[in-house]
Amino acid sequence: MVLTIVTVAISRFHLPVPIAVTVALLVATIKGSLVACYFMHLISEKKLIYAVLALTAVFFVALLALPVLTVHDGFWIH
Amino acid sequence: MDIPYTVEVRRDTGLTNGKIGIWLFLASEVMLFGALFASYILIRTGAPSWPRGDTILNVPLATFNTIVLISSSVTMVMAWASLMRRRFGTFRIYMGATILLGFVFLVVKYFEYSHQFDDGLFPSTNNFLAIYFTLTGLHMLHVIGGMAVNAYFWGPGAKLWKTNPEWFTNRVEHSGLFWHFVDLVWIFLFPTLYLL
Repeated sequence: MVLTIVTVAISRFHLPVPIAVTVALLVATIKGSLVACYFMHLISEKKLIYAVLALTAVFFVALLALPVLTVHDGFWIH
Repeated sequence: MDIPYTVEVRRDTGLTNGKIGIWLFLASEVMLFGALFASYILIRTGAPSWPRGDTILNVPLATFNTIVLISSSVTMVMAWASLMRRRFGTFRIYMGATILLGFVFLVVKYFEYSHQFDDGLFPSTNNFLAIYFTLTGLHMLHVIGGMAVNAYFWGPGAKLWKTNPEWFTNRVEHSGLFWHFVDLVWIFLFPTLYLL
């Protein structure tokens, strides 16, 4: 909850877009990690769950990378 | 025939079937929202100009809703912890609070949407609003789904507690994992849509 207030407060500074995006997503990642680690008790989970999430993370990153590659004239999308 | 491995863990996975099932489901949900986030990035980076969310959307209401949803995650954990301590009465209170907080979230969202429609802001207005309504609408459907499952465990589903408390506790844990995931998605939606 404190981090939610921090996120809103930082947005009031009207930082340049790249910095604003980085800071906002960094705070969101910290909040998300706390939820995942403690509320979803991922901090002490079985190896198979970690394996499933690791595989998901790979595909998730690939999914987010697709539009970035498009914008920056990537090597397989023109 | 009984459903296998609802309470005892499988030797090969080290988990109950319900636990691995809910995590595989959440993995598919990550990809669903991931596809929409990727679409958001594609549309935003390809647009000649993009509005800041706080110039169109109601940030104080969304901040309030963020706090409501995080609070509901806390009450959800307390509901499960109550069952682990064999306190069914306390579970009912915390689960009831979780459902109520979910309802508060929906009411706030209703007022937010109503205000936007009154101002002539629709999904067809521009790309920003199209992705905003798609992402928040899909998230809202997840909130409704989570509330329905939680309400079932608060009400008719709770009779399982009398016959098989361990299984009931596991089911509430799995329902909680989904609820926390819904909270997790909102934690990323809020800054992405409202603040950037």
